[in-house]
Amino acid sequence: MSLDKPYTNIPGTTIFDADMARIGYHLNQFCMSLMKAENRERFKADERAYLNEWPMTEEQKLAVLDRDYNRMMDQGGNIYFLAKIFSSDGLSFQHAAATMTGMSQEEYAQMMLNGGRSPQGNRYLGEEKGK
Amino acid sequence: MAKITAGVATSHVPAIGAAIDLGKTQEPYWAPLFEGYEFAKQWIAEEKPDVILLVYNDHASAFSMDFVPTFAIGCAEKFEPADEGWGPRPVPTVEGHPRLASHLAQSVIQQDFDLTIVNKMDVDHGLTVPLSLMFGQPDAWPCKVIPIAVNVVLFPPPSGRRCYELGKALRKAVDSFDEDLNVQIWGTGGMSHQLQGPRAGLINQEFDKEFLEKIVNNPEELSRKPHIDYVREAGSEGIELVMWLIMRGALNPEVIEKKRFYHVPASNTAVGHLVLENKE
Repeated sequence: MSLDKPYTNIPGTTIFDADMARIGYHLNQFCMSLMKAENRERFKADERAYLNEWPMTEEQKLAVLDRDYNRMMDQGGNIYFLAKIFSSDGLSFQHAAATMTGMSQEEYAQMMLNGGRSPQGNRYLGEEKGK
Repeated sequence: MAKITAGVATSHVPAIGAAIDLGKTQEPYWAPLFEGYEFAKQWIAEEKPDVILLVYNDHASAFSMDFVPTFAIGCAEKFEPADEGWGPRPVPTVEGHPRLASHLAQSVIQQDFDLTIVNKMDVDHGLTVPLSLMFGQPDAWPCKVIPIAVNVVLFPPPSGRRCYELGKALRKAVDSFDEDLNVQIWGTGGMSHQLQGPRAGLINQEFDKEFLEKIVNNPEELSRKPHIDYVREAGSEGIELVMWLIMRGALNPEVIEKKRFYHVPASNTAVGHLVLENKE
């Protein structure tokens, strides 16, 4: 019998469960390495060379180079680990979150000021908006 | 004897810490949020707790994927603020209470909660932002702190029910400590928020307000809320709210609500805050 995963039908959401953690292990450990200033410097000096020191998949490395956080999460990245990348870039959580939604940071920040994204239409895949 | 006298709940959004550290608390964006904590700051100056059991989660700071303890208790003499990628927060070192912490660990494990004992760890914004909200910017924190770290990063976290029961076990453990100590328990994290994916920015005010009501007045029922309800309704990171149930479980069934505050937004997150006292 397989594990019960009732969260797979939540739209626009990747739950970092044991399967994802296994896929993303090296990606997430690479992110942790950026907590040390000397590693941040080496990464910034030559990102590709630094990534090649880690047994990550090519897809994971390309997603990091592209700063495509949705792709990183598809490949097992966890947002708190990935935060080390955008922190190293000097960017905020709100900036990174906005890039994942396809909105500009200004649009995203305005949505938050207006009370955030409504749960209406965002609970289940295929749920009608505004019901 | 040691005694748990009160509980505090608060969100621990990193941007709040940055606003304090950078002197932005009076800016129009932040002022209404900090106004909501004025009561608690005065209250705690009068209450003068000796020790705080501070329930929080580590955000890939002390715990990488090398070790992911579900429940961990910090038994060290001190805990340094973590470097989360932009240097450590400019806040005082956190002083622990190793004798009480060791007592709690032994007592709670004997009540079937298998805590991981941590004698060396740095503490991130999850622990230091609540301290800053309650105490401002002192040269040293005015009391000892025992960090109780809960995994809410790698799914699944412990259930709400398990958290609530752990709170009850901590209460028994504190009650059996032989030194006169005024102990508070804080539950941190939440409220609704999602930091990832196309659904990022989710806020559910209805969910949050019901949660605030039930954790005060009907925690038994609230403790049975399944994980999926938190994730679906309050966002993938809204699940941090299970940590508030540890705080609530450690208090009396009936409490005096001294303060309730709710504010949207702080960066990506809905902020909730409670001050609860045990009835004599």
